[in-house]
Amino acid sequence: MNINFTLIAQAIAFAVLIWFTVKFVWPPLLKAIETRQKEIADGLAAAQEGKSALEVAAKKSETTLNEAKQKASEIIGQAEKRAAQIIDEAKANAKAEGDRIIAGAKAEIDQEVNRAKEGLRAQVSTLAVAGAEKILRKEIDAKAHSEMLAKLAAEL
Amino acid sequence: MTTEHAQHAELTPSEYIAHHLSFNAQGVNGNATSEGFWVLHYDTLLTSVVLGLLVMGLIWWVARGATAGVPTKRQAFVELLFGFVDDQVKNIFHGNRHSFIAPAALTVFVWVLVMNAMDFLPVDHVANVASAIGGEHTKWRIVPTSDINTTFALALAVWFLMIFFSIKAKGLGGWIHELFCAPFGSNPLVWPANFLFNLIEYVSKSLSHSLRLFGNMYAGEIIFLLLGMWAATGLTGTVAGAVLGAGWSIFHILIVALQAFIFMMLTVVYLAMAHESH
Repeated sequence: MNINFTLIAQAIAFAVLIWFTVKFVWPPLLKAIETRQKEIADGLAAAQEGKSALEVAAKKSETTLNEAKQKASEIIGQAEKRAAQIIDEAKANAKAEGDRIIAGAKAEIDQEVNRAKEGLRAQVSTLAVAGAEKILRKEIDAKAHSEMLAKLAAEL
Repeated sequence: MTTEHAQHAELTPSEYIAHHLSFNAQGVNGNATSEGFWVLHYDTLLTSVVLGLLVMGLIWWVARGATAGVPTKRQAFVELLFGFVDDQVKNIFHGNRHSFIAPAALTVFVWVLVMNAMDFLPVDHVANVASAIGGEHTKWRIVPTSDINTTFALALAVWFLMIFFSIKAKGLGGWIHELFCAPFGSNPLVWPANFLFNLIEYVSKSLSHSLRLFGNMYAGEIIFLLLGMWAATGLTGTVAGAVLGAGWSIFHILIVALQAFIFMMLTVVYLAMAHESH
């Protein structure tokens, strides 16, 4: 247990070892660890950023969806209104058309009635003449009495 | 631990212990004497330097290929060590620890740990290997930290660093001022008392720093030797020595790690205290 030159030698060895560690061992380890710490911190920050961006996007999509829904219901309402309008218009048109057709038909019927009356008028005189001819036979001359017969027909 | 008692059968117990406790000492300037100052303990020196180069080289090898990405298991282990030491230093020292104190603490912890761990090697097998390499009765103490020269060298180096950092932090004037004006105040009447206190503090720091480690490791070695001797006394002794040796080894794991940790912590505390002014 005697102190001797080993003390000095050991102290030198110790100093060299410390120098070696300070110079070559510690810095690369420190650099690697600090770089990794920074990378992890950056990653966490990026994740947080992404999360908040996602939240914003979700909120935005919800708003857009709501807007779209509102617009769609508006459009549907308008369409329904328009459809009702079209139906009303069609009804009115149909009614007008029907009335018109009915009026036309009535006019035609009147015309037909008049024509039938004309025909009958014409035929009544003939029939009357024929009847009278049959009754009177030769006594009555068609040509002599035609003026009187025409007056009679006009009175009909 | 297990003992080769055949080889030492002719030795008396005190010869056995003396053999295991003597250094491979040789004079520096050619003289064969193992007395006086100019003597080197080759076993202590060679073992500690080889261990230091081996373990710091290993860490350096891993650190050189260290990646900031996903670490390999090897790198993760070294980073665990790094983080452990760095955390301890961070809690004690609040300056720029990365420039010196933290790497120095890592060196101290790792080196002292592996030197202490040499205590686990069975002393008699170490002696056998030494005799096989260096010839009959070559002495080789394998635990460098059970040599007072090693622990004192480390403590002394820390002591000089302490003074260096003291002067660096406070200036030469500030340091001398502190020597005389702390802890009792700057009244010239208490200068001698202050100086005496500081002197005692400086000396006791270094002594307690080195002797704590030395005492623990030396005692551990002696216990191994006593158990080894017991193992040479017959079958009962062999069994008891082996069992107790195993038990002591397991308990010694705690001491080895704890003493290395304490030595590192004291180093850090002393160097941190040097930065603080009173």
